[in-house]
Amino acid sequence: MSAPLLSVAGVTKKYGAVVALDGVSIDVGAGEFFALLGPSGCGKTTLMRCIAGFETPDGGRLTLKGEDLAGVPPYRRPVNMMFQSYALFPHLNVFENVAFGLRRKGESDGAIRARVGELLDMTQLAPFGARRINELSGGQRQRVALARALAPRPALLLLDEPLGALDRKLREETQFQLKEIQRKTRTSFVIVTHDQDEALALADRVAVMCAGKVEQIAPPADIYEKPATRFVAGFVGETNFIDGVIARDGGAAFVTSFGRLPRAECALADGARATLSVRPERIDISREGEGIAGRVEDFVFRGEYTLLRVRVAPDVVLRVGAYDGRFAIGDDVKLTIAPDTGVLFAEAA
Amino acid sequence: MTGRRRLSLGERLTLAIPYLWIAAFFLAPMLLIAKISISHSVLARPPYEPRFHLSDSLAEMWVKARTLTFENYRALVSDSLYFDAYVSSLWIAAVATLATLLVAYPFALAMARSPREWRPFLIGAAAAPFWTSFLIRVYAWIALLKDEGLINNALMALGLVHAPLEMFATTGAVIVGIVYSYLPFMLLPIYAALEGQDPSLREAAADLGASPIDVFLRVTLPLSREGVIAGALLVFIPAVGEFVIPDLLGGSDTLMIGRTLWNDFFANHDWPAASAAAIALVSILLVPLLLWERARLREEEGRR
Repeated sequence: MSAPLLSVAGVTKKYGAVVALDGVSIDVGAGEFFALLGPSGCGKTTLMRCIAGFETPDGGRLTLKGEDLAGVPPYRRPVNMMFQSYALFPHLNVFENVAFGLRRKGESDGAIRARVGELLDMTQLAPFGARRINELSGGQRQRVALARALAPRPALLLLDEPLGALDRKLREETQFQLKEIQRKTRTSFVIVTHDQDEALALADRVAVMCAGKVEQIAPPADIYEKPATRFVAGFVGETNFIDGVIARDGGAAFVTSFGRLPRAECALADGARATLSVRPERIDISREGEGIAGRVEDFVFRGEYTLLRVRVAPDVVLRVGAYDGRFAIGDDVKLTIAPDTGVLFAEAA
Repeated sequence: MTGRRRLSLGERLTLAIPYLWIAAFFLAPMLLIAKISISHSVLARPPYEPRFHLSDSLAEMWVKARTLTFENYRALVSDSLYFDAYVSSLWIAAVATLATLLVAYPFALAMARSPREWRPFLIGAAAAPFWTSFLIRVYAWIALLKDEGLINNALMALGLVHAPLEMFATTGAVIVGIVYSYLPFMLLPIYAALEGQDPSLREAAADLGASPIDVFLRVTLPLSREGVIAGALLVFIPAVGEFVIPDLLGGSDTLMIGRTLWNDFFANHDWPAASAAAIALVSILLVPLLLWERARLREEEGRR
């Protein structure tokens, strides 16, 4: 990536004794759809407020298009934000809400009318220009908030849990709309969310945050398939954590309480304690043949697959996704974990 | 409201209480005053000749009603003293209301933006003057404003003025007195309106390029409109009929209807004339109140 649009370098923010951001570094490219993903309290909202200018970092640097943002007030930053609560102006109608940023820029009435019309069309709000905010549904308010934030043509759009207040059905529909609008406007979007599905579905790249630190920055598929840390593996998607020891005698292997799992390649030393993270759907299950012996304890029907709980040792239960075949409680099964599936994390010393 | 439900007896009684209260303590006295306002002034005790008696037959009442004259009301229009007093009262009350608004708004804003745990204390401080008698607080202003008062003494001691400024017994002193006395009535509704504002609205405005002044003019101020209107009415309406403040702080040329009324009542013993002036005053004050209430209801209707 050549010179990034937004560069966050070693940004730190403390509230009293609480460290909200602990040396966060992130680059966002022009036209990129970037997601900040993490549990509540991980610092993602603080980082977004630092970018918007509502919070001042204690340390580090924020640059936009190569310009240092330190000391630039929010109203002079070419960054707009879509608020989680939408923060629509209740005393203005839909048209004036969308026009607010353009009026502050001193644009002509004609230009404002054209731009607002364009955005209301894009967000399917054209018939609602004269409505008051409290006459709109939740989905309509969400679209007004998006149109208002996009109207002044920001270089970067921040979206704080933009789909959080919508019901499930509307959320999926809106995901596609957001993606399409991002493509059309070629604006860089930075979305803040605690919802992994949202981050994985929308973003080109995802930064997973935990306790004020960035755990991993990668495209969604890599976040899911190659989590960099145990936290990422556990936070994004479902997984099994299996404790064991590395053995290098005659081909790498991972020795667990329920048997020896051959491994393809592994950088860890012989005898190191480690944790293997394996997604339920990556474990093969069959009724006979070679493999780890286990017994089905419970199952949950999930539509496209069935999630089984299989006991493989007195103290180990693995979650396994079965796509075909019917299993009943008490069935004896064989599990296979291929040598190249899952990710090994060395146990913290 | 879709379809009207029949109210139970208990609900009717509950709803009746405020109406009975208004009927007993507002409407009944008003009717008494209205009755006095259409009677003749006489040298007697009480100093008026009632027009109607409870012992009158209906026919007698009808005859009397037909010959009813409103000379006391006519006097309000023909005697320029009343007219001048009304205009002057409205004017003084309007200027004082505006001044109160200008003082109260920054106070309310500072209170609403102060740390949450300070706010109860600040509200208490704003209401603290009410713990002392209103009369004493107005008297205290005499000590401040008079020629040998604290302010003039301080100014002279500092050599800023050589002769005392004439502050006491002026219309200006009346306005200062009204601003001081009615400040909490303006402060609290504005504070309530500001305190309830979602701070993310201001952030959203700043985010969209509004400078701090723009944020105030385009978001904070328009959203506090209800509080400003409520506060202005709470100050303006009692200020128009104010008697104590102009009597204590005003000069002989400070004309206010409250004083004129008092003079008619106690000095001239002309109860009918004073009653007519009072009825006219209530009518003048009710009109803006009703207009405001109607505008508010219409707005609420529009919001639904």
